[in-house]
Amino acid sequence: MTARTVAAIASLSVALASAGCLSFYEIAVETPIHAKLDVTPFQRVLVAGFLAGGTKTIDPNTETARLLRSQLRSKSELKVIDADVVSLVEEVDKRRQAAGAPPVPLEPTDEPRIKNEKDLQDYEQIFADVDYWKKIGEEYQSPLIVTGSVLFTELSKSGMVSRLRQFTDQMGRPQYQEVREYSSLRGFALTPKFVFIDGRTGAQLYSESFHEEALYQETQNTPALSSYFELMDKLLPGFLNTLSTQKIKGTRVLLK
Amino acid sequence: MRTRLWLVMALIIGVTVPAFADRRSDAKAQVEFGISVAQKGLWKEATHRWEKAVELDPTYGAAWNNLGIGYEQLGQFAEARKAYDKALELEPNNNFIRNNYDLFREIYDRQNRRRDR
Repeated sequence: MTARTVAAIASLSVALASAGCLSFYEIAVETPIHAKLDVTPFQRVLVAGFLAGGTKTIDPNTETARLLRSQLRSKSELKVIDADVVSLVEEVDKRRQAAGAPPVPLEPTDEPRIKNEKDLQDYEQIFADVDYWKKIGEEYQSPLIVTGSVLFTELSKSGMVSRLRQFTDQMGRPQYQEVREYSSLRGFALTPKFVFIDGRTGAQLYSESFHEEALYQETQNTPALSSYFELMDKLLPGFLNTLSTQKIKGTRVLLK
Repeated sequence: MRTRLWLVMALIIGVTVPAFADRRSDAKAQVEFGISVAQKGLWKEATHRWEKAVELDPTYGAAWNNLGIGYEQLGQFAEARKAYDKALELEPNNNFIRNNYDLFREIYDRQNRRRDR
């Protein structure tokens, strides 16, 4: 046996051994995430309305109710009730007036009464009002009630950011280089809290808070409504997962 | 005396090495069968095979990795985490296992994210 043959056999053995070690199979998976809430006692769901505030550029109460209803229609087994969206801010203000608080100023009308989280705290007691929710539940034959708060605020940040700059090399091929530059960014923050209430008793079953931000170059004129939908898109799976099992698609590697 | 000692050692090696090789080869057969059924979408059967594989050979990192994936598919996240942890304990430098585990953790953490109530 020559030295060359020995070397060939040895390298073949190494290659086979490596191939053996590297036996892997990429496989598509759908990981189920179980629903956080047992909704089997309910056949119907009412997206009542939200304590909404922040920017005046959109109406987060109506937009959120509309979006959640359409998502629940296509992605949950519960029957979605069509009803007017309740303005919880007005409801709380009405109660305050009835309790002797000074009336809410009428001017300027286009300014939202809830501008930040601190303002929101003063309104949140409505979620604990069992009688109020029970009454709404009775009106719609004891559904699961979805309510909560939605704060949609404007953001502005500036600082150094990295971006890829494209250039052509001597061979005419496109190349990329990372450059850092000062930039002013503007955008929006969305902070919803979804509250799930048992329409039979008026009691709160579950609640969950989310927070998402989107920032754009100052020169980019992104409409508030499209940013709102972009941000809602990110947190909708989390919302839907409260009511129904969601499947997350991905890949894993099986090994031999 | 020395000869007797050598004989005992040879006997021990002669018995344990083939036994270990047999266990690994049986476990490997279970792993391969598990992979073939997982590719057909039969995750329950695949997971059962990988459970058998780690029972036969608890030092088989690939089998623990596959078992983690199987449990993940069945929504048994606590078990999946234990299986991945074991796989990484046995093969800490295996990037395939590390990557599977990282992807799983993203989902696991989401499932267990803080609830207000």
